[in-house]
Amino acid sequence: MDCFNYPLDSKMLLRKKIRIKKELLDSNMSFIEKRIAVLGGSTTNEIVDQLELFLLNYGIKPTFYQSEYAQYWQDAMFGNEELDSFKPDIVYVHTNWRNITEFPTTSSTKEEADVMLKNTYNHFAMMWDKLSERFQCPIIQDNFDRPAWRLLGNSDVSDYRGRTNFISRLNQKLYQYADEHKAFFVNDVDFLAASYGLDAWSNPLYWHMYKYSLCLDAIPSLAKSVADIIKSIYGKNKKVLVCDLDNTLWGGIVGDDGVEGIQVGPEVPMGQVYSEFQQYVKDLKTIGVLLAVNSKNDEEHAVAGLNHPDGPLKPDDFVSIKANWENKDRNMQTIAAELNLGIDSFVFIDDNPTEREIIKQAGFGVAVPTMDKVENYLKTVDRNGFFEVTSLSLDDLSRVEMYKANAKRVQFQENARSYEDFLKSLNMKATIREFEPIYMQRIAQLTNKSNQFNLTTLRCSESDIKNMQASDDYICLYGKLEDKFGDNGVVSVVAGQIENIELHMRLWLMSCRVLKRGMEDAMLDTLVQVAKFHKLETIIGYYYPTPKNNMVKEFYKKMGFELISEDENGNTAWKLDLGTYEPKNPAIETNR
Amino acid sequence: MSRDEIFTRLNEVFQDVFGDDDITVTDETTAADVEGWDSLRHITLLAAVEDEFDIEFSMGQTVKMKNVGEMVDYIEEEA
Repeated sequence: MDCFNYPLDSKMLLRKKIRIKKELLDSNMSFIEKRIAVLGGSTTNEIVDQLELFLLNYGIKPTFYQSEYAQYWQDAMFGNEELDSFKPDIVYVHTNWRNITEFPTTSSTKEEADVMLKNTYNHFAMMWDKLSERFQCPIIQDNFDRPAWRLLGNSDVSDYRGRTNFISRLNQKLYQYADEHKAFFVNDVDFLAASYGLDAWSNPLYWHMYKYSLCLDAIPSLAKSVADIIKSIYGKNKKVLVCDLDNTLWGGIVGDDGVEGIQVGPEVPMGQVYSEFQQYVKDLKTIGVLLAVNSKNDEEHAVAGLNHPDGPLKPDDFVSIKANWENKDRNMQTIAAELNLGIDSFVFIDDNPTEREIIKQAGFGVAVPTMDKVENYLKTVDRNGFFEVTSLSLDDLSRVEMYKANAKRVQFQENARSYEDFLKSLNMKATIREFEPIYMQRIAQLTNKSNQFNLTTLRCSESDIKNMQASDDYICLYGKLEDKFGDNGVVSVVAGQIENIELHMRLWLMSCRVLKRGMEDAMLDTLVQVAKFHKLETIIGYYYPTPKNNMVKEFYKKMGFELISEDENGNTAWKLDLGTYEPKNPAIETNR
Repeated sequence: MSRDEIFTRLNEVFQDVFGDDDITVTDETTAADVEGWDSLRHITLLAAVEDEFDIEFSMGQTVKMKNVGEMVDYIEEEA
């Protein structure tokens, strides 16, 4: 629904929330369920209502716990039965500067102000420590917006006795905490308030009448921001930005105007704004976003345009370039097939409303933001939070290289005599070991991002992964795969729970970028070895169908398991007898 | 704007905010008459009315209004 896209239609979101919620629930989307505790230092009801809409729109069905009015600290520090039994998956702490109990005054000394800062920070830090100890789940914390008045005028921001100064120092300490704690995320309310307009944002009527720390109309933007963090944690970020070219990445039409005639570069204002946008798009690569082109153009014109000397983007920045006269929805499907990625992880930008409509109507789940004025392009892509960063693993950074290496493999494969020869010639080396601390983040990320080759679709936070590894009842293995074209990083995760002489597989997933390489065989060989070491006799595998994991419906069968049960929803269970297991020995050299 | 016209538009606002197409309000309607009209929903309602008629309720007004009729009086004056 367009009301969820930037610029948000907050009036509609507020006024029609009941109808919008119903519409989302009645749609044929599939949802993951999450429990979210909202601990507030002010009223949170509308925030929860709006957060629910945004999460539903992202395919996450939330249930909420709300602290009693302004009881955030008590709930966190001392807990209560309701919250404890709620067992949140995420805790969101919504506090504001009015929750700070002590501020320096003009008679405070510098030392007194420092002590106050330390005490105020400790008040919060203690709470965060307690929360993560108690619930072992991600915490989202609002930073502090600034008050809309300044007793010391301009000096309020620079003088240690000013509130603005005190709040900004407190925020710095909050960021330091975030830097030191991985599952702790800052919701940048300070930015949201500035971008909304501080005066309107902090309309005192809403505080004094209803104890809302921000005006009602700004609540959807706050909720979106929190929802963006949550969907990113659960791997629901978009992955690919697919770009039209003419009047989207440059001004003019390269086929008509020629490379010299298109606008990009420092000469004219129109060229500058396209340059800045191109640079932003190029920078998206550095956070792991893949770029592709989908343009009605002759390919040679498209490539020539991308080689414009003043344009930051070059043909090499794109993992796929579809410049042809095919319909854009067809091209979009081809790109998805080539990259082996779900088409619903795509964002499509095009200045032409008709082309945008075609992609929307196709019902692929592609995000199609409204690109109406070139000066707004950058902001539109940025504010939509498609690629919200909650963790930047080294893997993200080298993802572009990996997809390119994959494209090379495909070409190489076409030249090989047989598939077996091809696999052998890849010189594949796997590392398959128990979970190790440096990969915990990537492992958690994989459980949230893998949809297709994922038998149980069990989503795990980093703390869940750590707990599994720490438990004696689990066998947990990750698999890394390298070949002559490059390192694919961690691509497979399996975890099973030991019950007597049986190993019950809670997790079995693999990244689709290493499909048909024998990696699943290597994983099973190692798993069997480890299971035998633990004196286990049987492995029980489970397949739970989702709209996306049909490709592994028969996985266990292919691996030599025997079907033992199937229910009416298509959930199946499979059994493998370790006594008679023959190692599969794929063309992979395995390090254990 | 006539009182009738205000009521027509106001009914739409009520129907949206309470998610019920059958709501019609009159001068005498109060919070007690509409299911779900609690203090929280009241905030959403006021914001939607402000938006619909391009007016703004001050804190004083917000506290003063006793029924829909008084709300319409105010809209009549301001819009």
